[in-house]
Amino acid sequence: MERWVYPVTSLRPEDVEQGRVCITRTPLRGEYAWDAGVAIGRFLTELKAGRLVGRRCRACGRVMIPPRMFCEQCFRPTDEWVPLADTGTVITFSVCTISWDMRRLDVPEVPAVIAIDGASPGMGIMHKLGEVGRTLEEILDRVRIGMRVQAVWKPAGEREGAITDILYFRPLER
Amino acid sequence: MAGRRVAIVGAGMTKFVRRALETGQELAWEAASKALESCEMTLDQIDAVVLGSAPDAFDGVHMKVEYLSPGAGAWGKPTIRGYVGGGTGVFAAIQGWYHIASGMFDTVLVVCEEKMSSCHPHPQAAFNYIFDHTLERPLGPNLLWIFALEMNAYMTKYGLTKRDIAMVAVKNKRNAADHPAAQLGDPHITVEDVLNSEVLAWPVQRLDVSPTSDGAVAIVMAAEHIARRVTNKPVWVEGVGWSLDTQYWTNRDLSYPTYVEEAARKAYAMAGIKEPRKEIHIVEPYDPFDYKELHHLEGLLLADRGKAAELIALGIANRDGDMPVTPSGGLLGVGNPIAAAGLMKVAEIFWQLRGEAGKRQVPGQPRRGLAQAWGDLMQVGTVIILGI
Repeated sequence: MERWVYPVTSLRPEDVEQGRVCITRTPLRGEYAWDAGVAIGRFLTELKAGRLVGRRCRACGRVMIPPRMFCEQCFRPTDEWVPLADTGTVITFSVCTISWDMRRLDVPEVPAVIAIDGASPGMGIMHKLGEVGRTLEEILDRVRIGMRVQAVWKPAGEREGAITDILYFRPLER
Repeated sequence: MAGRRVAIVGAGMTKFVRRALETGQELAWEAASKALESCEMTLDQIDAVVLGSAPDAFDGVHMKVEYLSPGAGAWGKPTIRGYVGGGTGVFAAIQGWYHIASGMFDTVLVVCEEKMSSCHPHPQAAFNYIFDHTLERPLGPNLLWIFALEMNAYMTKYGLTKRDIAMVAVKNKRNAADHPAAQLGDPHITVEDVLNSEVLAWPVQRLDVSPTSDGAVAIVMAAEHIARRVTNKPVWVEGVGWSLDTQYWTNRDLSYPTYVEEAARKAYAMAGIKEPRKEIHIVEPYDPFDYKELHHLEGLLLADRGKAAELIALGIANRDGDMPVTPSGGLLGVGNPIAAAGLMKVAEIFWQLRGEAGKRQVPGQPRRGLAQAWGDLMQVGTVIILGI
Protein backbone atom coordinates (compact mmCIF):
# COMPACT_ATOMS: atom_id res chain seq x y z
CA MET A 1 0.00 0.00 0.00
CA GLU A 2 3.03 2.34 0.33
CA ARG A 3 2.63 3.13 -3.37
CA TRP A 4 -0.74 4.72 -2.67
CA VAL A 5 0.47 7.14 -0.01
CA TYR A 6 1.32 10.69 -1.10
CA PRO A 7 4.18 12.01 1.08
CA VAL A 8 2.83 15.61 1.72
CA THR A 9 5.04 18.65 2.34
CA SER A 10 5.14 18.98 6.10
CA LEU A 11 5.58 22.49 7.53
CA ARG A 12 7.13 23.35 10.90
CA PRO A 13 5.79 26.17 13.10
CA GLU A 14 8.95 28.18 12.24
CA ASP A 15 8.17 27.96 8.52
CA VAL A 16 4.97 29.85 9.20
CA GLU A 17 6.26 32.21 11.91
CA GLN A 18 9.35 33.23 9.93
CA GLY A 19 7.45 33.74 6.70
CA ARG A 20 9.20 30.98 4.74
CA VAL A 21 5.90 30.00 3.15
CA CYS A 22 3.20 32.16 1.63
CA ILE A 23 0.11 32.41 3.80
CA THR A 24 -2.84 34.75 3.94
CA ARG A 25 -4.78 35.59 7.08
CA THR A 26 -8.42 36.53 7.33
CA PRO A 27 -10.30 37.06 10.57
CA LEU A 28 -13.89 35.87 10.45
CA ARG A 29 -16.20 38.25 12.24
CA GLY A 30 -19.66 37.07 13.12
CA GLU A 31 -21.93 38.35 15.85
CA TYR A 32 -24.87 36.24 16.92
CA ALA A 33 -27.81 37.06 19.16
CA TRP A 34 -29.39 33.76 20.10
CA ASP A 35 -32.98 33.51 21.22
CA ALA A 36 -33.22 31.49 24.39
CA GLY A 37 -36.49 29.94 23.25
CA VAL A 38 -39.65 29.02 25.11
CA ALA A 39 -38.27 26.40 27.50
CA ILE A 40 -34.86 27.87 28.22
CA GLY A 41 -36.32 31.38 28.35
CA ARG A 42 -38.45 30.32 31.32
CA PHE A 43 -35.49 28.41 32.79
CA LEU A 44 -33.36 31.59 32.68
CA THR A 45 -36.15 33.65 34.25
CA GLU A 46 -36.30 31.16 37.12
CA LEU A 47 -32.49 31.25 37.49
CA LYS A 48 -32.75 35.01 37.98
CA ALA A 49 -35.15 34.28 40.83
CA GLY A 50 -32.69 31.77 42.31
CA ARG A 51 -34.62 28.63 41.32
CA LEU A 52 -34.04 25.58 39.11
CA VAL A 53 -36.99 24.14 37.19
CA GLY A 54 -37.61 21.17 34.92
CA ARG A 55 -40.36 19.91 32.60
CA ARG A 56 -42.38 16.74 33.06
CA CYS A 57 -43.59 14.47 30.28
CA ARG A 58 -46.65 12.61 31.59
CA ALA A 59 -46.27 9.89 28.95
CA CYS A 60 -42.84 8.64 30.03
CA GLY A 61 -42.89 10.30 33.43
CA ARG A 62 -39.46 11.91 33.00
CA VAL A 63 -38.74 15.22 34.72
CA MET A 64 -36.19 16.83 32.43
CA ILE A 65 -33.43 19.37 32.93
CA PRO A 66 -32.45 21.20 30.80
CA PRO A 67 -36.20 21.67 30.25
CA ARG A 68 -37.76 21.30 26.80
CA MET A 69 -41.26 21.95 25.50
CA PHE A 70 -41.25 18.57 23.70
CA CYS A 71 -40.22 15.11 24.84
CA GLU A 72 -37.66 13.82 22.32
CA GLN A 73 -38.40 10.21 23.31
CA CYS A 74 -42.22 10.25 23.27
CA PHE A 75 -42.19 12.97 20.60
CA ARG A 76 -45.10 14.84 22.11
CA PRO A 77 -45.39 18.11 24.06
CA THR A 78 -44.17 18.08 27.64
CA ASP A 79 -46.91 18.86 30.17
CA GLU A 80 -45.86 20.93 33.15
CA TRP A 81 -43.17 22.87 34.97
CA VAL A 82 -41.67 21.17 38.01
CA PRO A 83 -39.76 23.05 40.71
CA LEU A 84 -36.40 21.40 41.45
CA ALA A 85 -33.94 21.71 44.32
CA ASP A 86 -30.64 23.54 43.90
CA THR A 87 -28.83 20.49 45.22
CA GLY A 88 -27.60 17.46 43.36
CA THR A 89 -25.06 14.70 42.87
CA VAL A 90 -21.82 14.79 40.85
CA ILE A 91 -22.22 12.29 37.98
CA THR A 92 -18.74 13.01 36.64
CA PHE A 93 -16.09 15.74 36.80
CA SER A 94 -12.76 16.78 35.33
CA VAL A 95 -9.90 18.95 36.57
CA CYS A 96 -8.97 21.15 33.63
CA THR A 97 -5.54 22.75 33.76
CA ILE A 98 -5.54 24.47 30.36
CA SER A 99 -7.60 27.01 28.45
CA TRP A 100 -9.20 26.30 25.08
CA ASP A 101 -6.08 27.60 23.29
CA MET A 102 -3.79 25.36 25.34
CA ARG A 103 -2.51 27.97 27.84
CA ARG A 104 -1.88 26.78 31.41
CA LEU A 105 -4.38 27.96 34.03
CA ASP A 106 -3.08 29.23 37.39
CA VAL A 107 -5.97 27.57 39.20
CA PRO A 108 -7.58 24.53 37.52
CA GLU A 109 -11.26 24.61 36.63
CA VAL A 110 -13.51 21.75 37.74
CA PRO A 111 -16.25 21.16 35.16
CA ALA A 112 -18.83 18.60 36.21
CA VAL A 113 -22.12 17.03 35.22
CA ILE A 114 -24.50 17.37 38.16
CA ALA A 115 -27.72 15.37 38.48
CA ILE A 116 -30.26 17.80 39.96
CA ASP A 117 -32.48 16.68 42.86
CA GLY A 118 -36.12 16.45 41.83
CA ALA A 119 -35.35 15.61 38.19
CA SER A 120 -35.37 12.03 36.92
CA PRO A 121 -32.29 9.93 37.74
CA GLY A 122 -29.30 10.78 35.55
CA MET A 123 -30.77 14.13 34.42
CA GLY A 124 -27.77 16.39 34.75
CA ILE A 125 -26.55 19.79 33.66
CA MET A 126 -23.00 20.91 33.02
CA HIS A 127 -21.56 23.38 35.49
CA LYS A 128 -18.44 23.91 37.58
CA LEU A 129 -17.50 22.92 41.12
CA GLY A 130 -15.95 25.41 43.55
CA GLU A 131 -14.51 25.48 47.09
CA VAL A 132 -12.77 22.20 46.30
CA GLY A 133 -9.10 23.24 46.29
CA ARG A 134 -6.63 25.14 44.15
CA THR A 135 -4.31 22.43 42.83
CA LEU A 136 -4.87 19.20 40.90
CA GLU A 137 -3.87 17.14 43.94
CA GLU A 138 -6.12 19.04 46.36
CA ILE A 139 -9.06 18.80 44.01
CA LEU A 140 -8.62 15.08 43.31
CA ASP A 141 -8.45 14.59 47.07
CA ARG A 142 -11.71 16.46 47.68
CA VAL A 143 -13.96 15.61 44.77
CA ARG A 144 -15.64 12.26 44.17
CA ILE A 145 -18.22 11.02 41.70
CA GLY A 146 -21.37 10.61 43.78
CA MET A 147 -20.51 13.64 45.94
CA ARG A 148 -23.48 15.77 47.06
CA VAL A 149 -23.32 19.43 46.02
CA GLN A 150 -25.35 22.64 46.25
CA ALA A 151 -25.52 25.69 43.98
CA VAL A 152 -23.80 28.88 45.11
CA TRP A 153 -25.83 31.75 43.65
CA LYS A 154 -24.84 35.26 42.73
CA PRO A 155 -26.43 37.85 45.06
CA ALA A 156 -30.06 38.43 43.91
CA GLY A 157 -29.36 41.96 42.68
CA GLU A 158 -26.54 40.84 40.39
CA ARG A 159 -28.37 38.01 38.63
CA GLU A 160 -29.14 38.52 34.97
CA GLY A 161 -31.03 35.43 33.86
CA ALA A 162 -28.04 33.36 32.77
CA ILE A 163 -26.52 29.99 33.67
CA THR A 164 -23.75 31.99 35.34
CA ASP A 165 -26.29 33.23 37.94
CA ILE A 166 -25.07 30.04 39.62
CA LEU A 167 -21.41 30.77 40.35
CA TYR A 168 -20.57 27.11 40.94
CA PHE A 169 -21.68 24.09 42.97
CA ARG A 170 -19.95 23.42 46.30
CA PRO A 171 -19.74 20.24 48.39
CA LEU A 172 -22.70 19.83 50.74
CA GLU A 173 -20.80 17.90 53.40
CA ARG A 174 -17.74 19.58 54.75
CA MET B 1 -28.25 -7.99 2.63
CA ALA B 2 -30.10 -4.92 1.45
CA GLY B 3 -29.69 -3.90 -2.18
CA ARG B 4 -26.96 -4.81 -4.65
CA ARG B 5 -23.55 -6.11 -3.58
CA VAL B 6 -20.94 -3.37 -3.32
CA ALA B 7 -17.16 -3.70 -3.07
CA ILE B 8 -14.24 -1.43 -2.32
CA VAL B 9 -11.77 -1.82 -5.16
CA GLY B 10 -9.14 0.86 -4.54
CA ALA B 11 -7.73 3.13 -1.84
CA GLY B 12 -5.19 5.92 -1.51
CA MET B 13 -4.21 8.53 1.03
CA THR B 14 -1.82 11.30 1.91
CA LYS B 15 0.58 11.26 4.81
CA PHE B 16 -0.99 12.81 7.91
CA VAL B 17 1.00 15.80 9.24
CA ARG B 18 0.50 18.62 11.76
CA ARG B 19 0.57 21.23 9.01
CA ALA B 20 0.72 20.56 5.29
CA LEU B 21 1.87 23.05 2.69
CA GLU B 22 -0.78 21.60 0.38
CA THR B 23 -4.26 23.12 0.40
CA GLY B 24 -7.34 21.06 1.17
CA GLN B 25 -8.05 20.81 -2.55
CA GLU B 26 -4.51 19.57 -3.22
CA LEU B 27 -4.69 17.00 -0.42
CA ALA B 28 -8.04 15.75 -1.76
CA TRP B 29 -6.53 15.50 -5.27
CA GLU B 30 -3.52 13.49 -4.08
CA ALA B 31 -5.67 10.98 -2.18
CA ALA B 32 -8.32 10.71 -4.92
CA SER B 33 -5.83 10.24 -7.74
CA LYS B 34 -3.88 7.61 -5.75
CA ALA B 35 -7.12 5.70 -5.06
CA LEU B 36 -8.04 5.73 -8.77
CA GLU B 37 -4.50 4.71 -9.78
CA SER B 38 -4.52 1.86 -7.27
CA CYS B 39 -7.37 0.16 -9.18
CA GLU B 40 -6.31 1.43 -12.61
CA MET B 41 -9.47 3.44 -13.04
CA THR B 42 -9.93 6.94 -14.41
CA LEU B 43 -12.33 9.65 -13.35
CA ASP B 44 -14.56 9.17 -16.41
CA GLN B 45 -15.39 5.70 -15.04
CA ILE B 46 -16.74 7.23 -11.82
CA ASP B 47 -20.51 7.87 -11.69
CA ALA B 48 -20.74 9.90 -8.46
CA VAL B 49 -18.66 11.41 -5.68
CA VAL B 50 -19.14 11.37 -1.91
CA LEU B 51 -17.10 14.00 -0.11
CA GLY B 52 -16.63 13.96 3.65
CA SER B 53 -15.19 16.76 5.73
CA ALA B 54 -15.87 17.92 9.30
CA PRO B 55 -16.65 21.47 10.51
CA ASP B 56 -16.36 24.32 8.01
CA ALA B 57 -14.93 26.29 10.90
CA PHE B 58 -11.53 24.52 10.66
CA ASP B 59 -10.99 25.96 7.21
CA GLY B 60 -12.92 29.18 7.64
CA VAL B 61 -14.59 28.26 4.33
CA HIS B 62 -18.35 28.04 4.36
CA MET B 63 -19.65 25.03 2.38
CA LYS B 64 -16.11 23.77 2.14
CA VAL B 65 -17.01 20.58 0.32
CA GLU B 66 -18.03 22.68 -2.66
CA TYR B 67 -14.65 24.41 -2.30
CA LEU B 68 -12.83 21.06 -2.11
CA SER B 69 -14.78 19.48 -4.95
CA PRO B 70 -12.40 20.20 -7.88
CA GLY B 71 -9.62 18.27 -6.13
CA ALA B 72 -11.95 15.40 -5.33
CA GLY B 73 -13.01 14.69 -8.90
CA ALA B 74 -16.48 16.08 -8.39
CA TRP B 75 -16.56 18.30 -11.48
CA GLY B 76 -19.70 17.58 -13.47
CA LYS B 77 -20.76 14.69 -11.24
CA PRO B 78 -23.56 14.04 -8.75
CA THR B 79 -21.88 14.89 -5.46
CA ILE B 80 -22.99 14.71 -1.86
CA ARG B 81 -21.37 15.75 1.40
CA GLY B 82 -21.43 13.43 4.37
CA TYR B 83 -21.01 15.19 7.67
CA VAL B 84 -21.61 13.70 11.10
CA GLY B 85 -18.64 15.22 12.93
CA GLY B 86 -16.00 12.65 13.85
CA GLY B 87 -18.26 9.90 12.50
CA THR B 88 -17.94 11.34 8.99
CA GLY B 89 -15.13 9.13 7.65
CA VAL B 90 -17.03 5.88 8.10
CA PHE B 91 -20.36 7.50 7.25
CA ALA B 92 -18.97 8.64 3.86
CA ALA B 93 -18.17 5.01 3.03
CA ILE B 94 -21.71 4.07 4.09
CA GLN B 95 -23.07 6.75 1.76
CA GLY B 96 -20.91 5.38 -1.04
CA TRP B 97 -22.41 1.97 -0.31
CA TYR B 98 -26.04 3.10 -0.52
CA HIS B 99 -25.41 5.12 -3.68
CA ILE B 100 -24.47 1.83 -5.36
CA ALA B 101 -26.60 -0.68 -3.41
CA SER B 102 -29.68 1.34 -4.36
CA GLY B 103 -28.94 0.82 -8.06
CA MET B 104 -28.59 4.55 -8.67
CA PHE B 105 -24.84 4.40 -9.50
CA ASP B 106 -22.30 1.69 -10.41
CA THR B 107 -19.12 3.43 -9.25
CA VAL B 108 -18.47 6.00 -6.52
CA LEU B 109 -15.33 7.84 -5.47
CA VAL B 110 -15.38 8.54 -1.72
CA VAL B 111 -12.99 11.29 -0.58
CA CYS B 112 -12.49 12.55 2.97
CA GLU B 113 -10.28 15.54 3.66
CA GLU B 114 -9.44 17.61 6.69
CA LYS B 115 -7.05 20.52 7.11
CA MET B 116 -7.19 21.58 10.73
CA SER B 117 -4.02 23.68 10.76
CA SER B 118 -5.55 26.77 9.15
CA CYS B 119 -7.48 27.59 12.30
CA HIS B 120 -5.48 29.86 14.66
CA PRO B 121 -4.28 30.01 17.34
CA HIS B 122 -5.52 26.44 17.74
CA PRO B 123 -8.18 24.30 16.00
CA GLN B 124 -9.76 23.88 19.44
CA ALA B 125 -11.32 27.29 18.79
CA ALA B 126 -13.63 25.70 16.21
CA PHE B 127 -14.72 23.08 18.69
CA ASN B 128 -15.91 25.65 21.23
CA TYR B 129 -18.96 26.16 19.04
CA ILE B 130 -20.30 22.64 19.60
CA PHE B 131 -21.53 23.61 23.07
CA ASP B 132 -25.02 24.95 23.76
CA HIS B 133 -24.92 28.71 23.27
CA THR B 134 -27.13 29.61 26.22
CA LEU B 135 -26.48 27.01 28.91
CA GLU B 136 -22.89 25.89 28.28
CA ARG B 137 -20.77 28.44 26.42
CA PRO B 138 -21.08 31.08 29.17
CA LEU B 139 -19.16 28.64 31.41
CA GLY B 140 -16.12 28.88 29.09
CA PRO B 141 -15.87 25.22 28.11
CA ASN B 142 -13.31 23.62 25.84
CA LEU B 143 -13.57 20.39 23.90
CA LEU B 144 -11.40 18.44 26.33
CA TRP B 145 -14.02 18.90 29.04
CA ILE B 146 -16.54 16.52 27.54
CA PHE B 147 -13.95 13.83 26.88
CA ALA B 148 -12.50 14.18 30.36
CA LEU B 149 -16.00 14.01 31.87
CA GLU B 150 -16.83 10.91 29.84
CA MET B 151 -13.47 9.25 30.57
CA ASN B 152 -13.86 9.80 34.31
CA ALA B 153 -17.43 8.42 34.24
CA TYR B 154 -16.17 5.32 32.39
CA MET B 155 -13.08 4.78 34.59
CA THR B 156 -14.96 5.26 37.82
CA LYS B 157 -17.90 3.01 36.93
CA TYR B 158 -15.63 0.04 36.21
CA GLY B 159 -12.74 0.82 38.57
CA LEU B 160 -10.26 1.19 35.70
CA THR B 161 -6.90 2.85 36.28
CA LYS B 162 -5.10 5.36 34.12
CA ARG B 163 -2.53 2.61 33.49
CA ASP B 164 -5.21 0.26 32.09
CA ILE B 165 -6.20 2.96 29.62
CA ALA B 166 -2.68 4.22 28.77
CA MET B 167 -1.88 0.79 27.28
CA VAL B 168 -4.17 1.66 24.37
CA ALA B 169 -2.10 4.73 23.49
CA VAL B 170 1.09 2.66 23.69
CA LYS B 171 -0.26 -0.11 21.44
CA ASN B 172 -1.58 2.30 18.82
CA LYS B 173 1.44 4.61 18.67
CA ARG B 174 3.69 1.54 18.36
CA ASN B 175 1.49 0.10 15.60
CA ALA B 176 1.63 3.44 13.78
CA ALA B 177 5.43 3.25 13.62
CA ASP B 178 4.84 0.78 10.75
CA HIS B 179 2.37 3.01 8.88
CA PRO B 180 3.93 5.00 6.03
CA ALA B 181 1.42 7.84 6.49
CA ALA B 182 1.78 8.17 10.28
CA GLN B 183 2.27 11.46 12.11
CA LEU B 184 2.98 10.12 15.62
CA GLY B 185 4.25 6.56 15.31
CA ASP B 186 6.69 5.67 18.09
CA PRO B 187 8.07 2.12 18.43
CA HIS B 188 9.61 2.86 21.83
CA ILE B 189 6.80 4.60 23.72
CA THR B 190 5.96 3.18 27.17
CA VAL B 191 3.04 3.36 29.58
CA GLU B 192 5.20 5.56 31.82
CA ASP B 193 5.57 8.09 28.99
CA VAL B 194 1.78 8.37 28.80
CA LEU B 195 1.29 8.53 32.57
CA ASN B 196 4.02 11.18 32.91
CA SER B 197 2.78 13.39 30.07
CA GLU B 198 1.30 16.81 30.80
CA VAL B 199 -2.15 16.82 32.44
CA LEU B 200 -4.56 18.71 30.19
CA ALA B 201 -7.98 18.04 31.70
CA TRP B 202 -7.65 15.26 34.26
CA PRO B 203 -8.01 12.35 33.64
CA VAL B 204 -6.91 13.31 30.12
CA GLN B 205 -3.16 13.79 29.65
CA ARG B 206 -1.25 14.86 26.54
CA LEU B 207 -0.48 11.34 25.28
CA ASP B 208 -4.05 10.12 25.87
CA VAL B 209 -5.11 12.38 23.00
CA SER B 210 -4.70 12.16 19.22
CA PRO B 211 -3.03 15.12 17.50
CA THR B 212 -4.60 17.68 15.19
CA SER B 213 -3.68 16.87 11.61
CA ASP B 214 -3.94 17.66 7.91
CA GLY B 215 -4.60 14.85 5.46
CA ALA B 216 -6.91 13.08 3.04
CA VAL B 217 -8.01 9.53 2.21
CA ALA B 218 -10.01 8.19 -0.74
CA ILE B 219 -11.56 4.87 -1.72
CA VAL B 220 -13.22 3.64 -4.90
CA MET B 221 -16.44 1.63 -4.53
CA ALA B 222 -18.14 -0.40 -7.28
CA ALA B 223 -21.12 -2.61 -7.97
CA GLU B 224 -20.38 -6.34 -8.27
CA HIS B 225 -20.27 -6.55 -12.06
CA ILE B 226 -17.73 -3.70 -12.21
CA ALA B 227 -15.76 -4.78 -9.14
CA ARG B 228 -15.09 -8.23 -10.59
CA ARG B 229 -13.71 -6.66 -13.79
CA VAL B 230 -11.54 -4.13 -11.94
CA THR B 231 -9.83 -6.43 -9.44
CA ASN B 232 -9.47 -10.06 -8.46
CA LYS B 233 -9.51 -8.99 -4.80
CA PRO B 234 -12.72 -7.00 -4.22
CA VAL B 235 -13.45 -6.27 -0.56
CA TRP B 236 -17.21 -6.50 -0.04
CA VAL B 237 -19.34 -4.30 2.15
CA GLU B 238 -21.17 -6.88 4.27
CA GLY B 239 -22.92 -4.63 6.77
CA VAL B 240 -23.46 -0.99 7.68
CA GLY B 241 -25.18 0.76 10.56
CA TRP B 242 -25.42 4.19 12.09
CA SER B 243 -27.32 5.77 14.95
CA LEU B 244 -27.60 9.05 16.83
CA ASP B 245 -28.10 9.60 20.56
CA THR B 246 -29.76 12.63 22.16
CA GLN B 247 -28.19 16.08 21.95
CA TYR B 248 -28.85 16.40 25.71
CA TRP B 249 -25.49 14.83 26.52
CA THR B 250 -25.68 15.67 30.23
CA ASN B 251 -28.76 13.43 30.44
CA ARG B 252 -26.97 10.35 29.07
CA ASP B 253 -25.13 7.48 30.74
CA LEU B 254 -21.65 8.64 29.77
CA SER B 255 -20.06 5.33 30.74
CA TYR B 256 -21.55 3.44 27.77
CA PRO B 257 -21.94 4.39 24.08
CA THR B 258 -25.46 3.13 23.40
CA TYR B 259 -25.43 4.75 19.94
CA VAL B 260 -22.42 2.60 18.94
CA GLU B 261 -24.26 -0.54 20.06
CA GLU B 262 -27.32 0.46 18.02
CA ALA B 263 -25.16 1.06 14.93
CA ALA B 264 -23.26 -2.21 15.47
CA ARG B 265 -26.43 -4.28 15.89
CA LYS B 266 -27.75 -2.97 12.57
CA ALA B 267 -24.46 -3.81 10.83
CA TYR B 268 -24.22 -7.28 12.40
CA ALA B 269 -27.82 -8.10 11.44
CA MET B 270 -27.19 -7.04 7.85
CA ALA B 271 -23.96 -9.07 7.69
CA GLY B 272 -25.65 -12.11 9.26
CA ILE B 273 -23.21 -12.02 12.17
CA LYS B 274 -24.47 -13.81 15.29
CA GLU B 275 -21.27 -13.97 17.32
CA PRO B 276 -19.25 -10.85 16.56
CA ARG B 277 -16.37 -11.81 18.85
CA LYS B 278 -15.72 -14.92 16.73
CA GLU B 279 -16.75 -13.59 13.35
CA ILE B 280 -14.92 -10.24 13.29
CA HIS B 281 -11.20 -10.82 12.73
CA ILE B 282 -9.85 -7.27 12.78
CA VAL B 283 -11.29 -4.15 14.39
CA GLU B 284 -10.56 -0.49 13.74
CA PRO B 285 -12.61 1.28 16.45
CA TYR B 286 -12.43 5.06 16.63
CA ASP B 287 -9.63 6.12 18.98
CA PRO B 288 -9.33 9.92 19.22
CA PHE B 289 -8.60 9.31 22.92
CA ASP B 290 -7.21 6.05 24.33
CA TYR B 291 -10.27 5.36 26.53
CA LYS B 292 -12.53 5.77 23.49
CA GLU B 293 -11.08 2.63 21.88
CA LEU B 294 -12.15 0.65 24.97
CA HIS B 295 -15.52 2.39 25.16
CA HIS B 296 -16.18 1.58 21.51
CA LEU B 297 -15.07 -2.07 21.75
CA GLU B 298 -17.72 -2.45 24.44
CA GLY B 299 -20.36 -0.64 22.39
CA LEU B 300 -19.47 -2.90 19.44
CA LEU B 301 -20.20 -5.89 21.75
CA LEU B 302 -16.62 -7.11 21.18
CA ALA B 303 -15.89 -6.90 24.92
CA ASP B 304 -18.05 -7.08 28.04
CA ARG B 305 -18.81 -3.76 29.68
CA GLY B 306 -15.78 -2.51 31.60
CA LYS B 307 -13.64 -5.40 30.29
CA ALA B 308 -12.17 -4.06 27.04
CA ALA B 309 -8.94 -3.09 28.82
CA GLU B 310 -8.30 -6.80 29.42
CA LEU B 311 -8.08 -7.37 25.65
CA ILE B 312 -5.23 -4.88 25.57
CA ALA B 313 -3.51 -6.11 28.75
CA LEU B 314 -3.61 -9.76 27.62
CA GLY B 315 -2.26 -8.96 24.15
CA ILE B 316 -5.46 -10.19 22.45
CA ALA B 317 -5.72 -6.80 20.73
CA ASN B 318 -2.13 -6.84 19.44
CA ARG B 319 -1.50 -7.25 15.74
CA ASP B 320 -0.61 -10.90 16.30
CA GLY B 321 -3.34 -11.45 18.90
CA ASP B 322 -6.66 -13.26 18.51
CA MET B 323 -8.55 -10.05 17.71
CA PRO B 324 -6.20 -7.33 16.44
CA VAL B 325 -7.51 -3.88 17.38
CA THR B 326 -6.36 -0.79 15.47
CA PRO B 327 -3.49 -2.46 13.58
CA SER B 328 -3.15 0.79 11.59
CA GLY B 329 -2.05 2.77 14.63
CA GLY B 330 -5.32 4.67 14.64
CA LEU B 331 -5.96 8.31 15.33
CA LEU B 332 -3.58 8.19 18.29
CA GLY B 333 -0.69 7.11 16.07
CA VAL B 334 -1.42 7.77 12.40
CA GLY B 335 -3.12 11.08 13.21
CA ASN B 336 -6.55 12.64 13.36
CA PRO B 337 -7.55 14.74 10.37
CA ILE B 338 -11.16 14.19 11.47
CA ALA B 339 -13.09 12.89 8.44
CA ALA B 340 -9.95 11.48 6.79
CA ALA B 341 -9.07 9.56 9.96
CA GLY B 342 -12.34 7.63 9.87
CA LEU B 343 -11.90 6.71 6.20
CA MET B 344 -8.27 5.75 6.96
CA LYS B 345 -9.75 3.03 9.20
CA VAL B 346 -11.90 1.75 6.34
CA ALA B 347 -8.84 1.78 4.04
CA GLU B 348 -6.84 -0.13 6.66
CA ILE B 349 -9.41 -2.95 6.74
CA PHE B 350 -9.36 -2.95 2.91
CA TRP B 351 -5.56 -3.31 2.81
CA GLN B 352 -5.49 -5.86 5.64
CA LEU B 353 -8.10 -8.13 4.02
CA ARG B 354 -6.22 -8.00 0.71
CA GLY B 355 -2.96 -8.89 2.45
CA GLU B 356 -1.44 -5.58 1.35
CA ALA B 357 -0.77 -3.96 4.73
CA GLY B 358 2.99 -4.49 4.56
CA LYS B 359 4.71 -4.38 7.95
CA ARG B 360 1.33 -3.95 9.61
CA GLN B 361 -0.13 -7.08 8.06
CA VAL B 362 -2.17 -9.08 10.54
CA PRO B 363 -1.26 -12.78 10.27
CA GLY B 364 -3.68 -15.63 9.60
CA GLN B 365 -5.40 -14.30 6.45
CA PRO B 366 -8.21 -12.38 8.14
CA ARG B 367 -11.47 -12.54 6.18
CA ARG B 368 -13.64 -9.98 7.92
CA GLY B 369 -13.01 -6.61 9.53
CA LEU B 370 -14.97 -3.76 11.10
CA ALA B 371 -14.32 -0.03 11.10
CA GLN B 372 -16.21 2.34 13.38
CA ALA B 373 -16.24 6.07 13.93
CA TRP B 374 -17.99 8.35 16.34
CA GLY B 375 -18.66 12.03 16.60
CA ASP B 376 -20.95 15.02 16.77
CA LEU B 377 -21.52 15.92 20.43
CA MET B 378 -20.36 12.43 21.51
CA GLN B 379 -23.55 11.02 20.07
CA VAL B 380 -23.19 9.36 16.65
CA GLY B 381 -21.98 5.84 15.92
CA THR B 382 -21.09 4.76 12.36
CA VAL B 383 -20.10 1.16 11.58
CA ILE B 384 -19.05 -0.69 8.42
CA ILE B 385 -18.19 -4.38 8.11
CA LEU B 386 -16.00 -5.51 5.22
CA GLY B 387 -15.21 -9.06 4.08
CA ILE B 388 -13.57 -11.09 1.33
